[in-house]
Amino acid sequence: MSTGNMNLTLKVWRQKNNIAKGSLVDYKLSNISPDMSFLEMFDVLNEGLVDKGEEPVVFDHDCREGICGACSMFINGQPHGPLQGVTTCQLHMRSFKDGDTIVVEPWRAKAFPVIKDLMVDRTAFDRVIAAGGFISVNTGNAQDANNLPIPKVKADSAFEAAACIGCGACVATCKNASAMLFVSAKISQLAQLPQGQPERYRRVQSMVSQMDAEGFGNCTNTGACEAECPKGISLENIARMNRDFYSAKFVSEEEV
Amino acid sequence: MASFGNAFSSSIGKKLIMGITGLFLVLFLIVHCFINALIFINDGGLTFNIGAHFMATNWLIRAGEIVLFVGLIAHIVQGARLTFQNQAARPVKYAVSNGNANSKWYSRSMGLLGTLLLIFLIVHLSNFWVVSRFTGIPTTDANGHEDLFAVMKETFKNIWIVVLYVLAMASLAYHLLHGFSSAFQTLGWNHKKYTPLIKGVGVWYSIIIALLFALMPIAIYAGFIN
Repeated sequence: MSTGNMNLTLKVWRQKNNIAKGSLVDYKLSNISPDMSFLEMFDVLNEGLVDKGEEPVVFDHDCREGICGACSMFINGQPHGPLQGVTTCQLHMRSFKDGDTIVVEPWRAKAFPVIKDLMVDRTAFDRVIAAGGFISVNTGNAQDANNLPIPKVKADSAFEAAACIGCGACVATCKNASAMLFVSAKISQLAQLPQGQPERYRRVQSMVSQMDAEGFGNCTNTGACEAECPKGISLENIARMNRDFYSAKFVSEEEV
Repeated sequence: MASFGNAFSSSIGKKLIMGITGLFLVLFLIVHCFINALIFINDGGLTFNIGAHFMATNWLIRAGEIVLFVGLIAHIVQGARLTFQNQAARPVKYAVSNGNANSKWYSRSMGLLGTLLLIFLIVHLSNFWVVSRFTGIPTTDANGHEDLFAVMKETFKNIWIVVLYVLAMASLAYHLLHGFSSAFQTLGWNHKKYTPLIKGVGVWYSIIIALLFALMPIAIYAGFIN
């Protein structure tokens, strides 16, 4: 941890467009405050590049509060950098030391093609959601809390799954570029609640089929996704998805 | 007519095949290890040869052997397919990847460990299985049973075979260390009450099975059992 301002070397992936061949480019940054966020450090880099008449580095970002899931940098071999439970925007330069070399790459997966520099196309996730990550029942107005037939533990478990912000860190860190943690969270947030029951077994089949069609890899239970997830989504969700999938395929008579 | 659809060809279905065949092989290793451990009775292999004779002549075991080979081949073929597919899911690799920060090296190396085990298996089958099933065991023991123990003693006179077996058992230990609990997770058996038990049993199982197997060539080479 640094207290004074730092000089850093960045190795950033630069790639003109989705078909161009990219490469890591070195940038020297000086006088970086340890109180800056990682993205603010990139803002400083980009201002310098614009001043020199060069193309700024393109990267995804939106809320910068750790809740939207837009930022997506693979920093020194880890998605969202070295800290646990935070997104890149909530990573601060105090996590690095003066003189450090920091390698920044985009998410790497066949299903997440690079658009430009550090920005990747994550619409594969949107298509998985569109395949079944919703409910079609009318839930009506907000009810009196004690009228809801949902035990506290189930509600909590569904809520924990719903914390997924769809950033794609699970895919990025998985050695197989598997999306199972994401898909299982989106299945689990509905499968544990009464409103999710009518489409429960249709949903798991449709979403798993879409996940496979997008070209994500297969899960080998290394647990890297759970360790790197900024929202602490648990592997229990993957087991639940597997159970629902087997129920759908081997018990349910409905075909999708 | 309703069908099973992509139950086995989907990503979860492929894992299911790996998990079921893996657990089946876990059960096989218990039987294999228990019978082989009879050599530690140190009675010149007489008890061990009784066990080996039973395994070679019982029709139910013979039928089971076919199931074993089907399961083994399914595990190998499916494992190889998964490994190649998973590599293809990331066509451009990372320049820097810090896998040790979030997972165990052996959980990320199941394909490599499995390949080492396959190489060992080819040597191992030609050492013993081919001899006992096809080319024939040359001698018999005092009970008149085929003396498979004598074949063991002859094989493990070669230090390089002993080294290969011990290294293979280290690979087996790490392969099981991930594979045992991973299979239960794949089957969906993740439960707050049972998962800690499964993980604990998995660790002990992996160590005990691999250690017992590794001690066999070592004990014979060193002359501890005769």
